[in-house]
Amino acid sequence: MGAVGAVGTVGAVGAVGAVPGYDSDSASASAPAFGRGIRARGGAMANGLRAYGLIAAMWIRSTMTYRASFVMTALASFAVTAFDFIAILLMFSHVDALGGYTLGEIAFLYGAVSTSFGLTDLAMGSIDRLGRRVRDGTLDTLLVRPAPVLAQIAADRFALRRLGRITQGGLVLGYGLLTIEVDWSPLKVLTVPLMVLSGAVIFGAVFVAGAAFQFWAQDAAEVQNAFTYGGSTLLQYPPTVFARDLVRGVTFVVPLAFVSWLPALYVLGRPYPLDLPQWTAFTPPLVAAGCCWLAGLAWRAGLRSYRSTGS
Amino acid sequence: MRLYGVVAAGSFRRYATYRVATAAGVFTNTVFGFIMAYTYTALWDQRPQLGGYDVSQAVTYVWLGQALLMACAMMGGGFEDELVERIRSGDIAVDLSRPVDLQLWWLAGDMGRAFFHLLGRGVIPLGLGALAFDLALPGASLTWLAFLAAVTLGLLVSFALRFLVALLAFWLMDGAGVTQISWLAGLFFSGMLLPLNIFPGALGEVARALPWSALLQVPADVLLGKHTGWGLAGAYAFQAGWAVVLLGAGRVLQTMATRRVVVQGG
Repeated sequence: MGAVGAVGTVGAVGAVGAVPGYDSDSASASAPAFGRGIRARGGAMANGLRAYGLIAAMWIRSTMTYRASFVMTALASFAVTAFDFIAILLMFSHVDALGGYTLGEIAFLYGAVSTSFGLTDLAMGSIDRLGRRVRDGTLDTLLVRPAPVLAQIAADRFALRRLGRITQGGLVLGYGLLTIEVDWSPLKVLTVPLMVLSGAVIFGAVFVAGAAFQFWAQDAAEVQNAFTYGGSTLLQYPPTVFARDLVRGVTFVVPLAFVSWLPALYVLGRPYPLDLPQWTAFTPPLVAAGCCWLAGLAWRAGLRSYRSTGS
Repeated sequence: MRLYGVVAAGSFRRYATYRVATAAGVFTNTVFGFIMAYTYTALWDQRPQLGGYDVSQAVTYVWLGQALLMACAMMGGGFEDELVERIRSGDIAVDLSRPVDLQLWWLAGDMGRAFFHLLGRGVIPLGLGALAFDLALPGASLTWLAFLAAVTLGLLVSFALRFLVALLAFWLMDGAGVTQISWLAGLFFSGMLLPLNIFPGALGEVARALPWSALLQVPADVLLGKHTGWGLAGAYAFQAGWAVVLLGAGRVLQTMATRRVVVQGG
C-alpha cells in the first residue's frame, strides 16, 4: 500500500466527509459538487483512476501468491455462471421454446447480460463490503488516504478470478450470435457492443447506489444482491416470461430493462411487451449516464452523512 | 451435552442480532423467488406434469428452495469460512485446546444458526410466496412434521459436507478455492437451480443419489407428498445414511488433521 500513499497530497483530507468527490460518470457530467473547475475535476478523476490501478495491481499480486487457489476460484467463477446456463439447457431438453423464445435467442440475452454484469463485477464487485468497513471502522483508513474513497473501495479486494464470469458470458454471447437468425444491419451490429458496455455502466451505478445505501444500513448488503445478481438472473430470460407489472418495474423504476432487454429485442426483431417506441432501444448510453449521475449523488450524500464508529 | 445446547443457543442469538441483515436477506430471497417462479411457470405451462409436478407444485418447489437456501447454506454463509480462517490464522489451536470435541462444537453452532435461518429467512419468503402464488402446501400437520424431520436430516448432511471441506484448509491453507467448488456442487446438485427430478437420464440418476439431494430435493418431495409410507422411510434412510457416512469421514479427517497441527509458541 506504500505506493498508494506516495501518490501525493492532491486533495489531502482534513475533515471526514470533505473528501474529493469521485464520479463514476465522465468528468463532463453533472455540475461539480464542490465548486471546482473542470480541470480540477479531471485531475481528481485521473488521481482516482491511478489509485484504482495501483490498488487493483496490489490485489492481483496478492492473489497470485496462492496460485492453486486462484485457479480454483477462477474456474469456480466460470462454472457458477455456467451452471446457470446449464440449467437453461436442461430446461430446453424438455421444451423447444421458453416464453416463445428459442435457445439461441435466450443464449443471446443471457450472454449479453452476463458479459455486462461480469465486467462490472470485475471492476467493482467487492464494493458491497463497504458496510463491513463502516461497521468495523476500517473505512476511516480510506478517508485519510490521499485518493478518492470510491476508487479505493471499488478496487478493494480486486478479484481477478471474476474474469471467469466474463469469459463464460462472452462464450454464450458468441454462441447466441452465431445461432440467431438476424438480418444484420450496421445499426444492429453497433447495438451489440453498445448494449454490453452501457449495461455494464448501469450495473456499476446500481453497485455504487447499493454501496451508498450501506452508509445508512450497514448490514443491508444483501438488498444490493437482489438488484445486481437478481437483475442479471431476470434479464437472462425473455420479458414474455414475467408478469407485466414486474416488467414495468424493471423498465421504469429500476431501469434494468435498458441493460439488455430493449436493445437485444430490437436486434432480435421482437416486440417489447410494453408499448415503447423503437428508438428506446438506443437509449441505454443515456440511461447509463443518468444512472451514474444519480448514483454519484447518492454516493456523495452517503459519504457526507458518514460518522465514524468513534471508538 | 448441555454445553453443546448452550453453544447452539448462543449461535442462534448471534445470528438473530442482525435484524437489518435478516430483513435484507428476506427481501433478496423474495426477489429471487419471484424471478424463478415465473421461469418455472413458463416451463411448466408448456410441459404440464414435467418431473411429476404440476405448475403449483413446481412453484412451491421454488419457494421451498428460497426458504431452505440459508438454513442448508446451499450458497455458503455457514460456519465454514470462519473455521477455514481459524485454521489459516492458527486460532484453531485455541479450539483444539478446549475440553470439547471439535466436530460437535461446530455442529452445535451450525445447528443454532440453521434453526435461526429456518425461522428468520425461511418462513417469511415462503409466506410471501404463498400470498403471491397458488402454492401446493399440505393441510395435514403430519406432513409438515415429516417435512421438518427431513429438513433436520438435510441440515446434518449439509453440515457434514461443509465440515469436510473446511478441514481441507489444514492441507491447502487458503480454503477459498475448495469452499467455492463445493459451494458450486451444492448449488447445482441440491436442485436449487432446477429440480433434480427433471434432470435427464444418467445425470438425473447420479444427481439424485448424491448427498446434496438430501438438502432440498428430498425435503421438498416430502412436503409435496411424493414420499409416503415406506417411501418416506426410504427417503429418511437415504438422508441418514449420507449423514452417518459424511460425519464419520469428517471424524477421520479431523483425527488426521489434528496430528498435523504445529502450535507455534510466542
